[in-house]
Amino acid sequence: MPVTAAPVDKRLKILDAVIRRQHSRPDALIAVLHKAQELYGFLDAPVLWHVARALRLPPSRVYGTATFYHLFSLKPLGEHTCVVCLGTACFVKGAQTLVDAVAELVAIRPGQTTADGKVSLTVARCIGACGIAPAVVLDGTTHGHVSAGQLTARLEEWTHGS
Amino acid sequence: MDHDDLQRIAEGERAAAKSAEIRCCTSSGCRASGSKEVLSRLKAAVEANGLGDRVAAVGVGCPGLCSAGPVVQTHPDGAAFGKVTADHADGIVSALSGGSAGAVRIDPHQPFFTKQLRIVRATAGQIDPERIEAYIAAGGYEGLYRVLQRRPDEIVADVTASGLRGRGGAGYPTGLKWATVAKMPPGQKYVICNGDEGDPGAFMDRSVMEDAPHQVLEGMAIAAYAIGANQGYIYVRAEYPLAIERLQTAITQARKAGLLGRGVFQTPFEFEVEIRIGAGAFVCGEETALIASVQGLRGTPRPRPPYPAESGLWDRPTLINNVETFATIPAILRNGPAWFAAIGTATSKGTKIFSLTGKVKNAGLVEVPMGTTLREVVEQLGGGTADGKAVKAVQTGGPSGGCVPASLLDTPIDYESLASIGSIMGSGGMIVMDDADRMPEVARFFMEFCADESCGKCVPCRVGTVQLHGLLTKLVEKRATRHDLDTLIELCHLVRDTSLCGLGQSAPNPVLSTLRYFAGEYEALLQPEEFARPTRRSAVPLTVIS
Repeated sequence: MPVTAAPVDKRLKILDAVIRRQHSRPDALIAVLHKAQELYGFLDAPVLWHVARALRLPPSRVYGTATFYHLFSLKPLGEHTCVVCLGTACFVKGAQTLVDAVAELVAIRPGQTTADGKVSLTVARCIGACGIAPAVVLDGTTHGHVSAGQLTARLEEWTHGS
Repeated sequence: MDHDDLQRIAEGERAAAKSAEIRCCTSSGCRASGSKEVLSRLKAAVEANGLGDRVAAVGVGCPGLCSAGPVVQTHPDGAAFGKVTADHADGIVSALSGGSAGAVRIDPHQPFFTKQLRIVRATAGQIDPERIEAYIAAGGYEGLYRVLQRRPDEIVADVTASGLRGRGGAGYPTGLKWATVAKMPPGQKYVICNGDEGDPGAFMDRSVMEDAPHQVLEGMAIAAYAIGANQGYIYVRAEYPLAIERLQTAITQARKAGLLGRGVFQTPFEFEVEIRIGAGAFVCGEETALIASVQGLRGTPRPRPPYPAESGLWDRPTLINNVETFATIPAILRNGPAWFAAIGTATSKGTKIFSLTGKVKNAGLVEVPMGTTLREVVEQLGGGTADGKAVKAVQTGGPSGGCVPASLLDTPIDYESLASIGSIMGSGGMIVMDDADRMPEVARFFMEFCADESCGKCVPCRVGTVQLHGLLTKLVEKRATRHDLDTLIELCHLVRDTSLCGLGQSAPNPVLSTLRYFAGEYEALLQPEEFARPTRRSAVPLTVIS
């Protein structure tokens, strides 16, 4: 794959600074990928190539690691993210109905993003908020004791709001 | 930092304490219910009422009763309030001087609190986890100081004598593990804290890392001294941002105070700790997979031996213990191994934290002595089911564990007893289920999880879990015949016996344990055979299991 010279933007500078702070050590790969995803929203090929060169790793290893871990996304996520926890405690408290309700409302399955790029739906394997099950994470904020009605109402705000 | 400094900090902290404290839980669970705003309103209310000189509003760790969150307690009168909103702040402050609080009171003398024995969670809900001074005032780092005055082999002997066993699930004797690493020839050794709490339905380790990050660090430092390591790693799931933040704060504070780094307590002992953040892979809870992940690789396990104690991180001897195990260590070294060994049963010593969730009235974290029965935990501490229905089963050990039926709730909680009834202690998840939960569906849920989380390295797990999930789906959708059920059982044994690591080896447990106790539910879903099939000789007949 040809290396497309991405324009040197601020994000790249921040990423390089993080890599330098890790002394370009190969074992910092996961930490660097976390930072890259935080900056770019997802990990596309140019970013992965850049990380591979900076850490002096074969691109296959960077790609292999990026695809192995669930939290790394190689596709862009939507403007808003809805993560429904499907841990055991949430499962027995009916979290599947939350997933179904969202899936029906925005017509996407878990792991997908709506066509207009507004909402991404993902499921998590326990976010450790079992005491307040069922829990969802909306745009990074955890909410507990959520009902299907509350969740769809919030999503409707997202899809119809500004 | 020397011992006098430590005592000076503790005394200073005690002297600065106000006569009354309003303690607001700021852990992840209560935060999700708005406890941050509650705390800032409480602080404002204290100031507005001119009580700043004798009352302090502080953020503390989790008091345990997560289902009633956000929880606010007042000290020293011991009152507790649940489901607190920011609007209750003024009321709670005025309640200190005899007014009515307006918020829902929680009875602090109910069994949920009184039946617990808190060793690991001793300071949770009492002190501010973000301040090292608060931990030192509660006796923190005293254990480390005492350890550094003794020889490393004495420390290993103490841990062995305490009878502590690994809290991550398998229950391997901690002292034996330490001794193995300590015996390896001198050279670079590592300590790793396993904070990759992937079991769905378990959040004890998250809470320990959030509520007592210094206690984890102290335990790791003691371990490092005992085995001769100078570098430690804490591997934390990325799903626990607050735990990561607090551990990082704690490391910075401890290093600044001279409790980490070079020359701890003016001895030659040096120890550095780094945090490694996971990226969402359940298999990384397995020690060899975790080591691979710390090295920045795909988190796939490898065959053992060699065990990490001989050849672990970067092929060096490595001690891996769970968060809760490390957090237990300071108390053992402070109070002596005999004190710890006196708690619990003959083979399982000390206390264990459980995250009690599901259809239970009081959901949250409980720490009970080993040997407590499941019934006591579920019915007395947990208060039974939320809507008064009968408890059908209790799931322990997550996707590696099993479902314990209501008839066996009198089983004492210890490693051997739980194993004998087809479940495991696991890391401490305890999910209460009632009649609405269909066991084949629960089994399918766990199998879906395992299929999803299988790393793909070995065939029995990669292919077997997917096939098992397919068979369970067929069963749940009422399309399966007895032939399918036989295949399911046969495959369960195959996956269990031939998988490379614990994930695959234990993946069939939820299926096998629900089949053992709830065979009727599986039978009821079976469809008649469309045509005659030859009998399967290798399959285990269902009658043997039920």
